[in-house]
Amino acid sequence: MITKGILGRKVGMTQVFDEVGRAIPVTVIEAGPCVVVRKKSKDRDGYSAIQLGFGDIKEKKLTKPVKGYFEKHKTRPRRHLRELRVADADKFQVGQELKADLFTSGEIVNVTGISRGLGFAGTIRRYGFARGPMTHGSKYHRRVGSLQSRAAARVFKGRRMPGRLGGDRVTTKNVRVVKVDPEKNLILIGGSVPGATGALVTIKR
Amino acid sequence: MDLIKLVEQENMRQDIPAFKPGDSVRVLVKVVEGGRERTQAYEGIVIARSGGGARETFTVRRISYGVGVERIFPLHSPRVEKIEVVRRGSVRRAKLHYLRNLTGRAAKVKESNVRVTRD
Repeated sequence: MITKGILGRKVGMTQVFDEVGRAIPVTVIEAGPCVVVRKKSKDRDGYSAIQLGFGDIKEKKLTKPVKGYFEKHKTRPRRHLRELRVADADKFQVGQELKADLFTSGEIVNVTGISRGLGFAGTIRRYGFARGPMTHGSKYHRRVGSLQSRAAARVFKGRRMPGRLGGDRVTTKNVRVVKVDPEKNLILIGGSVPGATGALVTIKR
Repeated sequence: MDLIKLVEQENMRQDIPAFKPGDSVRVLVKVVEGGRERTQAYEGIVIARSGGGARETFTVRRISYGVGVERIFPLHSPRVEKIEVVRRGSVRRAKLHYLRNLTGRAAKVKESNVRVTRD
């Protein structure tokens, strides 16, 4: 169970230098400002969570039901709505604004995003299978190998085969917050983070 | 992309002299040796600059005891104390990898006669 979290947009990657002068690869995330749209409590909903809204959206893009939802909760409409199951929702108030300064540098966090969609991929790319020889008369290059022993007389469920790769919800765990810029609402995360540039990511702790 | 530039700007140094591939430079590098920090000079010909923004690097080649040595420095690294331009070279290429195949006089880079304004 997480204690706090924020929504953000992945801006891209670069590198920064630390105190010793080492170059550290970082992912820049524009985190927040998010607003707590709604709280869920154990008594009423069976679990405790906060619902966060993030990003601006044009009024004309909203459908009436969505508009009504935001009106009911007395907030300006946001592009993204995500629920975070927090251990203690009482620490947050409805209407409260969450900004990048929710996190401090040095914290260990988990980052969740939707990984880049890579389309239809073979088993070599998708599962790291070995390929056959490309030369010396071999005709077995990148194909799927044996699916099962012949004695089975069928293919068991879960056999890894070619198919869609990416576009899944992926969480990178235990990554370090390298730097926080509260003015520009930027959080620098050490290393890479799932998702394409511009994609919605969730930073949780 | 603008936000990336913003982040990079904070990490970029303003005290770097203008130099190009073909120039000879003296790089003063901080090295930690036995818990003590000291400055070491490395002099040679710049054979390439690559990357952009805060990630830019440059390659310096020198012949040390008859062996070609190339070191790649991050341009904006705080470990690079100072870069001094020793000599301006005149070359027609951005990457001088061909110098690796040349030895002796052939590996010399012509000096540029373009006057560089000093301050």
